[in-house]
Amino acid sequence: MHLAHYLGLLHRAQVNLADALRQVGASHRDEPDVFHLCHQQAERCDEYAELLQPFAARYAEEAPAEPDRLHSNLFGGARTGGIGLLRDLQDLYLMAAECDICWTVVGQAAYGARDRDLLAVVQRCEGGTAMQLKWLRSRMKQAAPQALVVAD
Amino acid sequence: MVDRIADPWGPRTPYGSGQEWPVRVDTFLDGDLNAEDVDRWVQSASILHSNGDALDIAVRDGRIVGVRGRAVDRVNRGRVDPKDLYGWQANNSPDRLTRPLVREGGRLVETDWDTAMGRIVARSKELLEGPGGWGHFGFYTSGQLFLEEYYTLGVIGKAGLGTPHMDGNTRLCTATAAAALKATFGADGQPGSYADVDHCDAIAIWGHNVAETQTVLWMRMLDRRRGPNPPALLAVDPRSTAVTREADLHLPIRNGTNMALLNGLLREVIQHGWYDEAYVDAHTLGFDELCRTVDGYPPELVADICDIPAADVRRAAELLGGSQRLLSTVLQGFYQSNQATAASCQVNNLHLIRGMIGRPGAGIYQMNGQPTAQNTRETGADGDLPGLRNWDNPEHIAELARLWNVEPEVIPHWAPPTHAMQIFRYAEQGSVKLLWISATNPAVSLPDLSRIRRILRQPELFVVVQDLFLTETAELADVVLPAATWGEKTGTFTNVDRTVHLSEKAVDPPGEARADLDIFLDYARRMDFRDLDGRPLVKWTTPEEAFEAWQECSRGRPCDYTGLTYDRLRGGSGIQWPCNDANPDGTERLYADAVFPTDPAVCETYGQDLDTGAEFLADEYRAKQPGGRAFLHAVEYRPSPEVPDEEHPMLLTTGRTVYQFHTRTKTGRAPQLNSAAPDVWVELNPADAGRLGIAEGDLVGIASPRGAVQARARLSGIRPGVVFLPFHYGWFDQDPADRTPRAANELTITAWDPVSKQPLFKVAAVAVTRLADGGGVPAPAPTVGGSAPAVAGVPATVGGPAAEANSRAGGE
Repeated sequence: MHLAHYLGLLHRAQVNLADALRQVGASHRDEPDVFHLCHQQAERCDEYAELLQPFAARYAEEAPAEPDRLHSNLFGGARTGGIGLLRDLQDLYLMAAECDICWTVVGQAAYGARDRDLLAVVQRCEGGTAMQLKWLRSRMKQAAPQALVVAD
Repeated sequence: MVDRIADPWGPRTPYGSGQEWPVRVDTFLDGDLNAEDVDRWVQSASILHSNGDALDIAVRDGRIVGVRGRAVDRVNRGRVDPKDLYGWQANNSPDRLTRPLVREGGRLVETDWDTAMGRIVARSKELLEGPGGWGHFGFYTSGQLFLEEYYTLGVIGKAGLGTPHMDGNTRLCTATAAAALKATFGADGQPGSYADVDHCDAIAIWGHNVAETQTVLWMRMLDRRRGPNPPALLAVDPRSTAVTREADLHLPIRNGTNMALLNGLLREVIQHGWYDEAYVDAHTLGFDELCRTVDGYPPELVADICDIPAADVRRAAELLGGSQRLLSTVLQGFYQSNQATAASCQVNNLHLIRGMIGRPGAGIYQMNGQPTAQNTRETGADGDLPGLRNWDNPEHIAELARLWNVEPEVIPHWAPPTHAMQIFRYAEQGSVKLLWISATNPAVSLPDLSRIRRILRQPELFVVVQDLFLTETAELADVVLPAATWGEKTGTFTNVDRTVHLSEKAVDPPGEARADLDIFLDYARRMDFRDLDGRPLVKWTTPEEAFEAWQECSRGRPCDYTGLTYDRLRGGSGIQWPCNDANPDGTERLYADAVFPTDPAVCETYGQDLDTGAEFLADEYRAKQPGGRAFLHAVEYRPSPEVPDEEHPMLLTTGRTVYQFHTRTKTGRAPQLNSAAPDVWVELNPADAGRLGIAEGDLVGIASPRGAVQARARLSGIRPGVVFLPFHYGWFDQDPADRTPRAANELTITAWDPVSKQPLFKVAAVAVTRLADGGGVPAPAPTVGGSAPAVAGVPATVGGPAAEANSRAGGE
């Protein structure tokens, strides 16, 4: 059963997103909403990673070796400035999108494995990830015209 | 005669449930003048708070010499707030601006209008050249201009320049009211009527020091409390105020925990079955999720988070749940605090699940702080579109484009209009290059003042300030435009309960000062804004024509003004919108039919996630099939972004006194008001004061990570661990050589609610230290209201003979 690999992928994606949210928040401290919401959402990611941990450990016991090129590398550090903010939010968006699709995949697998507990975790968390995407999209829509057309 | 400084609320006129509130006419005239000495009485309404009290301005020899309440008006039945009784004297102040000023070699020098406007127009035209020119313009206006002025400004900004960067200081005071109303009901608009005080059997006051911010509304509540069948009274406030001392139950919760309290109260109401199942089923969405969320907040947990006894949570729920006609009012204790919109929505939830809306006595006031804030919101001079339209609805944009005869693409609608804090951020980054500030004083009123001053001083930022006086903000401007004020110009404005009043010109403005409307019209003319047919974009030249243009804009929208005229507003009472063919005499209460403006074609917003502010899209909204039902929003409690730590162990909250308004631009120039509250103070609980070795009157330093201020200590009934600073005190009347920092906003955090974008003024962590002995002299704090002393021996605040006013029950 390969479910453990996708659980590991999702778990690491949540951990990476939490880390990236904190870096972006710190780098854009002068955008107070970004700073505060990045930290708030990083805590949400921490919580999701923690919820996934026992399932990842349990399924790892019956998993074959991890396949090649399983994990993605979507973040190379935070930037500064107006366009830097836009670009950083875009990184976060792509990382949240990876989490989002992983929840779908893991949820499907949970049905297959008839694992009600895992399904409950997926159902509890996937909405929160979707909201992160929505927030990032809203914030980028607001920032884009000023950063791309107006700013010198 | 009544000293309305010593007794801001005046004599009681008790009345019972369902009776009409008795008339009491308050009058104050200059010096020894009597009514016979007055040449003319000119109709107006209050401009120093949001209550909308109707009054007449007394004129003698071309000068304002006093005011008298209008007995005929539904809002105040003749009563006048002390700020209005005395505040008009600021109009006659010798330091009014009478000529435009421009910056020359680092100094502001007098000039003529042509030169001043010429500079603004030259800079504007330069900035408009090239792609994205619109984005260099920011407008920061007020809650104190008139409807006609806001609408004109809105059209100039949104259809002339095409900038989304327009907001008002309403962002600091009522943005959450608007956001909570939109989130729950689909559109802005106060459900209740002030007449609900006459009918209610319980009043719940949520973070609202109504006794000091809307004294006439408080008089009405007190008169009910002194009459037969008085309403029960619940107050939520970390301070001891005249309201909490009158209340049957006071919950002095820890700042920033409103959300936990409301979730706990809703849980009790639901678990005891004190909700209206039929109403919930027929008229709301989201009840099951609300039940799931609030289920996690049992009284013991709420008691722990809010630091109040669990038994009081249960008692409060019983008071709310047992009421048959419940009236709620909400203000800054919620709006400027943690989870502002989410917590305010829970008050709406309480009323919806109990079916306590749209009938006499069952009402909600999501209050405004300022006299004309409702108009800033309606007309699109702030972060909204005119006529409560939805920026994300292409049909609404098309309506505006047809009305103004411009291309829809000109009207900024690709994202929500930019909120004030973001406008200042763009100015800080240099992409907003012209900032036009009208009738507000951000150098004292915005959070983290050292940053705001730095932004306003940036040489690349062209700052225009339009005001009555050389305010702290005007001192930093490149061009200062002298404006006329209340009593010197004509226009309309709308109060909290949707009552529209006409305020007529009584006297000429001083010197070359001009009405704000005329200034905006002059700018539009000089900029030569045109519509698609090459005609002037702004087609009106008088206030009444501007009002008529606005009426067309409001047609068919929730705030429909089409049934009103200046003539109808003359002589009698103010009239509540919507006023149209279907409701020719106006509308006392919204939602009497339980049909809410949530239809996708009507609603002002497609909704937001209350935790993050994420915007929902049109399709997502339609999928909810609201069909005229209201939304019950469920949200978990989250701690504030800033909580006390070792270095900053106390919580700061800021607010007002009854005697001052905002940054004292007017009230600081009215002798009776100013001497009642002449200087800043800090309120401390005696237990904290004892621990820190602070006595009444000692000089105290209050420091946050942003800055520090000094104030003398008032030992008061505020909850332990919390200190209070009034935010009124800037430095315009301090000797420049001897300016000690005293503005509360030196300390406040730059953070805002994710939905309403209202700054968090109620939750800064601070350190408090004793700086010097007060020598036994008490703090310069009033003994009335929230700053009442906890220790004996402080002389009472009085106004003396100069403050004696007439107050006559029954009328003249």
